[in-house]
Amino acid sequence: MRKHHILGILGFFLLCLGSVWGLWFTPPETHMQDVNRIFFIHVPTALVCMLGFFSFIPAVGALITRGRRWDATMEAMVELTLVLTLMTLAQGMIWGKPTWGAYWDWDPRLTTTAVMAVLFAGVLSLRSFADRFEQRLIWGAVATIIACVDVPIVYMSVEWWDSLHQGDSTPSSVSVDYHWPMRANAFGILFFSAWLIVERARVALLRDEEEAADAPPPETPQDLVAGGD
Amino acid sequence: MNVTRQILGVLRKDMLLDWRGQRRAVSVFLFGTITLLLFSFAVGPDSEALARHASGYLWLALVLSSTLALGESLRVELEDDALEGLSLLPVDPRALFYGKALANVLFLAMLSLLLVPLGMVLYGVHIEGSVFDLGLLLLLGIAGLAGPGTLYSAMTARARGRDAMLPLLLYPLVIPVVLASVKGTQLVFTGDPMNQMGGWLQLSAAFDIVYWSLCGVLFGKVIDS
Repeated sequence: MRKHHILGILGFFLLCLGSVWGLWFTPPETHMQDVNRIFFIHVPTALVCMLGFFSFIPAVGALITRGRRWDATMEAMVELTLVLTLMTLAQGMIWGKPTWGAYWDWDPRLTTTAVMAVLFAGVLSLRSFADRFEQRLIWGAVATIIACVDVPIVYMSVEWWDSLHQGDSTPSSVSVDYHWPMRANAFGILFFSAWLIVERARVALLRDEEEAADAPPPETPQDLVAGGD
Repeated sequence: MNVTRQILGVLRKDMLLDWRGQRRAVSVFLFGTITLLLFSFAVGPDSEALARHASGYLWLALVLSSTLALGESLRVELEDDALEGLSLLPVDPRALFYGKALANVLFLAMLSLLLVPLGMVLYGVHIEGSVFDLGLLLLLGIAGLAGPGTLYSAMTARARGRDAMLPLLLYPLVIPVVLASVKGTQLVFTGDPMNQMGGWLQLSAAFDIVYWSLCGVLFGKVIDS
């Protein structure tokens, strides 16, 4: 068995542990009662989703080295970040309706998360239109770097509006009973995501190899001299 | 030839192209005008609502029109492999980017000089604040659209789904600069008793500095692809 599968198994185990603990073995929140239990999955998902910001590292690596591994890692990270971003938005909206009275509000964090989802979806969409591997790598890397730089600027600009979102959920702002289930889920999602990234990158590498094998051989100088069109 | 002369050379070439292809300028201006009219129809004959949101409608018209102008600016370079010819010249890729981006800024500035007064008449607003602030907001806002827009149009001009791709990539990216421009322009139309203009101008300027630097570095890689 490949060693990285341990990450997936550990992540899945921690996710189950944190969720069961949070749903059945912690007291309900004083004001929001059971509605607040979505935080056991929402906060860890949002935290890990923000790590998608580091997609710019494989993007820079891909741009400098033009390496297939960097490109595959970048593709996997961008895809997973998009999925986690959409999950974060959906969970936030489910929580927002009973507590804020609305599924959506133009709050800095909600708006930035939505913009981040569109930016990352744009990167994947752009890559899908590229004809060659090298073009896909460069377009994807450039768009990823630009998207990652934009996320903090979008947050800062939207923050100047009035904010409705509550403060960050940190150990100091959350009840002691909630600490460990949330930590278990945060590490669970982190490990499971890392495993998914490795697996997705492997699939991307296999696709690249297949494409390279199917591609026609490059024209030799003799072909050009022979005047073949 | 130093980089500044190269930039000016590319700028001159693009302006000459714009001058000779005036139909493009006219069609973009007409598109902007139609957009301004469409916003009026969407809101209804409520002149108060139109005046209240005039800055937003003006900037949306500019953003939508800019997509046409930016997409076209790189598409002309694909005719007869002109872009390949340009990249074979002993010209710094950054000079190509800054020359083309500056040409786009000038084109969009001309467009805004026509659309903004027209929008002000249509929506019934007038300048309460400073004309200088409005000019600066327009310049910084347009630069924010043109910088990343030029880079993205270099990529999407060769993509199969180019008409959908440029807006898809550009619109979410320019949210900060559009937000700052809309808010700033609103202060020009309604007055700025709380002195908030400086903050929005700084946000636009910071966005421009970040993206004009970053896109200048990345443009060479995009042309190589």
